[in-house]
Amino acid sequence: MSSEPSSPSLQKDDIEKIAHLARLGIDEADVPAYASDLNNILALVEQMSAVDTTGVSPMAHPMDAQQRLRDDTVTEQNQREQLMANAPQTEANLFLVPQVIE
Amino acid sequence: MHNKSIAELSKGLAKGDFSSEELTRAYLDRINGLGAELNALVTVTEEQAISAARSADQQRSQGDAGLLTGIPMVHKDIFCTEGVKTTCGSKMLDNFISPYDAFVVEKVKKAGMPMLGKANMDEFAMGSSNETSFYGPVKNPWNTGTVPGGSSGGSAAVVAARLTPFATGTDTGGSIRQPAALCGITGLKPTYGRVSRYGMIAFASSLDQAGPMTRSAEDAAWMMNVMAGFDSRDSTCVDKAVPDYCAPLNDDIKGLKIGLPKEYFGDGLNADVAAVIDAAIKHYESLGAEVVELSLPNSKLSVPTYYVVAPAECSSNLSRFDGVRFGHRCANPENLEDLYKRSRGEGFGAEVKRRIMIGTYALSAGYYDAYYLKAQKLRQLISNDFKTAFEKVDVIMSPTSPNVAFKLGEISDPVTMYLSDIFTIATNLAGLPGMSIPAGFVKSDGHDMPVGLQLIGNYFEESRLLNVAHQFQMNTDWHLRVPAGFE
Repeated sequence: MSSEPSSPSLQKDDIEKIAHLARLGIDEADVPAYASDLNNILALVEQMSAVDTTGVSPMAHPMDAQQRLRDDTVTEQNQREQLMANAPQTEANLFLVPQVIE
Repeated sequence: MHNKSIAELSKGLAKGDFSSEELTRAYLDRINGLGAELNALVTVTEEQAISAARSADQQRSQGDAGLLTGIPMVHKDIFCTEGVKTTCGSKMLDNFISPYDAFVVEKVKKAGMPMLGKANMDEFAMGSSNETSFYGPVKNPWNTGTVPGGSSGGSAAVVAARLTPFATGTDTGGSIRQPAALCGITGLKPTYGRVSRYGMIAFASSLDQAGPMTRSAEDAAWMMNVMAGFDSRDSTCVDKAVPDYCAPLNDDIKGLKIGLPKEYFGDGLNADVAAVIDAAIKHYESLGAEVVELSLPNSKLSVPTYYVVAPAECSSNLSRFDGVRFGHRCANPENLEDLYKRSRGEGFGAEVKRRIMIGTYALSAGYYDAYYLKAQKLRQLISNDFKTAFEKVDVIMSPTSPNVAFKLGEISDPVTMYLSDIFTIATNLAGLPGMSIPAGFVKSDGHDMPVGLQLIGNYFEESRLLNVAHQFQMNTDWHLRVPAGFE
C-alpha cells in the first residue's frame, strides 16, 4: 500500500486493494466516499502515535486469562439437517459453490 | 400491568392476580398497537410467546413455577434463537433461522420467560443511533423524531415504552449504556467474561458483553441472577461464582467514595446534561456519599484505540459471511471470488463495510504493530488508569452520553457519530462493568429528553453498582417516568 501509518492518506487504488483483501464488492461510484471516510477514521486513530508505549505489554484479556483446554472428546451433536437448511444452495447434502477446479 | 416492576409481576403471578397468558397478551397488544410506530422489533414471536405463556401457567398450576416463570421479555436480535429468524439487523442474515439457542437465551428460557420478539439494532451492533439497521431506524419513544441510541436501540425503546419489562442487550463500546441513557432506562454492561458470549453474534470478541436492560436497578439485579454464569463454550468466559445480585440492593451507601474523572466533565459535554449530572451527584452526597476528584489521563485515547481494536476484530469475525453456508448469496455468481465479493457487497451496509475495511487495513502485512499491537498497549494504559482510580474510590460516575438523543439523520459523518460514545468506550477496553441509570431530563425541541448517569465499578462489582443505583432510585423517580402516549 502506498501510505505509511504515520500519514494515512488512502487513495482510490488503496481502497480497491483493501476491498479486494476483504472480499467486499463495492461500487466504483462509492470509492471516493469510502476513501474520505476511511481517511477521517485513520486520522482519528492517528492520535495513538502521540503516546510512547515503550515497555508497555499489550493487553489481550482484562483478566489475563489463558485459553482453557478441554478433553479431546466429541462435544457437538450432529445437526447436519438444521445447518444445511440455512445454506443458500446445496446438492446431495453438500454446500454448492461455483466450479473451482478446471 | 405494564408499569409494574419484575418483583411485582412475580408476586402478581404467584398470587394469581393475572396469568402469564393474560400478561403476555397485554404486552403483545401494546407491541402491536401503540408500539408499532417505534419500529423497535424486527420479529414479533406472537404464537411462540402465547404457547410459552400457556406452558408457564401450566407449570405454575403444577406447583413448580420459579420466580420469573411467565414474565415475558424481548431478546436483542444479535442472540441466536432456535427456530426463529436471527438477523443481527443485517440483510446478510435476513433469511437466517438459528439452529440453536445462545447461552443467554437458554438461561432465560429455563427461567420460564416467554419471548415476545426480537429487537431491532444497528447492523452487527455497529452504530450509536440504530440508523445502520437494514430494517430501518428505531424511534425514540420520548420524541419519535430522535434516535434511541445504539446499538441496542430496539431493546432500549421497548423497555422505555413499557412494551416489555426486560430486554437483553449487548455492549461493545457503549451499546447497552448509551441507548439506556437516551431512552431513560436502566442498563448494565457486566464485567467482560461475566456472561457467556455463546450464540451472541460476534462483533469484537475481546470487548463484546451481554447485559440486562430494564426499568430499574432492582429489575436488572433480578435479570443478572438469570444471565450471569460460566459456560465452557465461550473461551473467554470467567469461571467465577455468581452472587445473588438482589441481596445487597438495600445496603447503606453512607461513606461510599465516588470518583469523578475530570476528563469526563470537560469540552464537548452539553451544559444542560452537565447540570443534571451535577444534581444527581449532589443527591448521592445527600445520601452520605463522598466525592473524590480524579484523573484518567489516557481516556482521550479510548476512541482512537477502540477504532482499531473493534474494526480489526470485526473484519476477522465477519469473514465467516461468505454466501456459502448461510446468509445472503448473490444471484448467478461467475466464480468463487465473484460469489464472495457480491454476496458480501450486497449483504453488508455501508458502516459495516467501513469497519471491515479499516480492520482489514490495520491487520494487513506491515501494519499490525503500528495499529493493533499499539492499540493493545494503549488498552493496558487505559486499564491501568482505572486500576489506580479504584485504589481510591468505590465507583466512578460520569455522564453516559455527552448529549441527549439527537435527531434522526442529524449525524451523517462516521467520526462525529463515533465520538458520541466518548464516555462509554474506555470501560469496554478495560473490561470493567458499567451502568447507566436515568438521572433527570433536559428540554430539547419542546420534549423532555432523558439524561443517563454512568456508574463504573471495579471488576466483578456488578452487585455494588446495582446497590448504588438502587439507592438512588429509592430516592428519585426519574426511572418511573414514562414517555407521553405510552403511560
